[in-house]
Amino acid sequence: MNSTRVFFIGGLASYRALFGWLSPWVFIPSLLVAPIFQILLFVYIGRSAGLASDEFYVIGNAVQYAAIPCLFAMTQTIAGERYQQTLGYILITPARRLPLFLGRALPVVANGFLVSAFALVVGGAIVGIDVPASAYAPIALVTAVSAFSCTGLGLVNAAVGFIVRDHSVLSNIIFGLLLVFSGANVPLADLPGWMRAISDGIPFTHGIEAARRLADGQTLVDVGGLVAAEALIGVVYGAAGYGLVRLMEVLGRRHATLERA
Amino acid sequence: MRQLRLLALGWAFHMKMLMRSAFNSLLGVVYPLFFATVAFFMFRAGDDPKPLLYASLGAAVMGIWSTTSTSAGAAMARERWHGTLELLVTAPTHFAFVLLPVTIAMATIGIYSMVATLLWGWLVFGIDVQIGHPVAFVLAIPATVGSIGALGFLLAVAFVRFRQAWALGNMLEYPVWLVCGFLVPLSLFPDWVRPISWVLAPTWGINAIREAALGGSPFADIGMAALLGSAYTLLGILVVNRALRAARTKATLALT
Repeated sequence: MNSTRVFFIGGLASYRALFGWLSPWVFIPSLLVAPIFQILLFVYIGRSAGLASDEFYVIGNAVQYAAIPCLFAMTQTIAGERYQQTLGYILITPARRLPLFLGRALPVVANGFLVSAFALVVGGAIVGIDVPASAYAPIALVTAVSAFSCTGLGLVNAAVGFIVRDHSVLSNIIFGLLLVFSGANVPLADLPGWMRAISDGIPFTHGIEAARRLADGQTLVDVGGLVAAEALIGVVYGAAGYGLVRLMEVLGRRHATLERA
Repeated sequence: MRQLRLLALGWAFHMKMLMRSAFNSLLGVVYPLFFATVAFFMFRAGDDPKPLLYASLGAAVMGIWSTTSTSAGAAMARERWHGTLELLVTAPTHFAFVLLPVTIAMATIGIYSMVATLLWGWLVFGIDVQIGHPVAFVLAIPATVGSIGALGFLLAVAFVRFRQAWALGNMLEYPVWLVCGFLVPLSLFPDWVRPISWVLAPTWGINAIREAALGGSPFADIGMAALLGSAYTLLGILVVNRALRAARTKATLALT
């Protein structure tokens, strides 16, 4: 019961604290306007290159942009606490760590999903893509699974935040790698073999592919394998991230370096 | 003469500071490379790989704008956080001469990104950029950097009333890449976008660099970039005068 409380109440408190700095003046330009312009940028590059349809870029970039809230907000759960000098107080509590950290991840998934969904709807409307109404709900599900998957990677990133001071640099670099490797803008078939191999093991690759197929008329059953793969990647990264967070916590206590990234 | 010395020293001082920052130096170089890589893959895989050279030159300049837009918006706010704003404002030198070298230094850091992107395109994608007019190319780069730095200065003073100015600066990164024709020709955009492109110095800066590299006639573009840069600076000085007068009258210099 106590763990459930820590999961929900702790997660909600952390999310509200996030909005202490993620005010509308940050949220609107960074998470609502920027993804629309990322979509437009790649739609126009795509038109110039004659590579794929507008729909390809709208879906790819809208889903991939969830990386910004998922990576940055998860990292903030560690780095933000250190900045506020509250990390030690949190890690000294007897609360179980699994609900403590996963509770903080749940609102991040929801936020990532909302950002992606907004970009998909508004970006799609501006560019004028045609997605069948029957695909809306399955695409929403795939977008949520992709946000979950990237939040798992965000937890790994948060663990690295224990030892890296410039966590925003690291988050931006991971965002850039996801942009290149996830197939958001370049069809996977046009990437070299070694890049495709990496693409298979990162968030968004399967989710973006599933969303594109759904928009082209396939059903959720048809893309079930892709959705399951995306979810599995999220679980693996989440587990790795949780393990790393615990490891860094132990190392931080042992060497008295919690506050000293 | 004193003002020129102040500009030069301020620029050198802020270059040193920015180069110590992973966000401004390392990320400033690496981040545009991701976008350049995606664009290179897209053009290489597309119907016509000829625009690859066009995109390569544009992508090289993307970093100059990125380093400026992401940092300039908060340039004045940063002095406020450091507690140095009051000291700088009360100094006998006009505050514009203190702020302008900061944003020009930010744009100058983008030259690292420019070199890195050209090298990346050459080494990984085999894009061989031959410089048609080396002298004009050398003139086009400082004109572009200076005009983008001046635009950054205007942003810095225009966003002075916003506590989260950095987010507004970040927001402008993609739109300027888009409407200034860094990666796609302006002819692809609707007609109403053109006047917006014309009043943005990066449009002329990137044109100048492309024309110089491809052996065209870059001098009109260099002139336009310099002219717009001067206009941004004058406008920025007017805005900063007004903002400082208002802040002193209301005693809100340290507040946002």
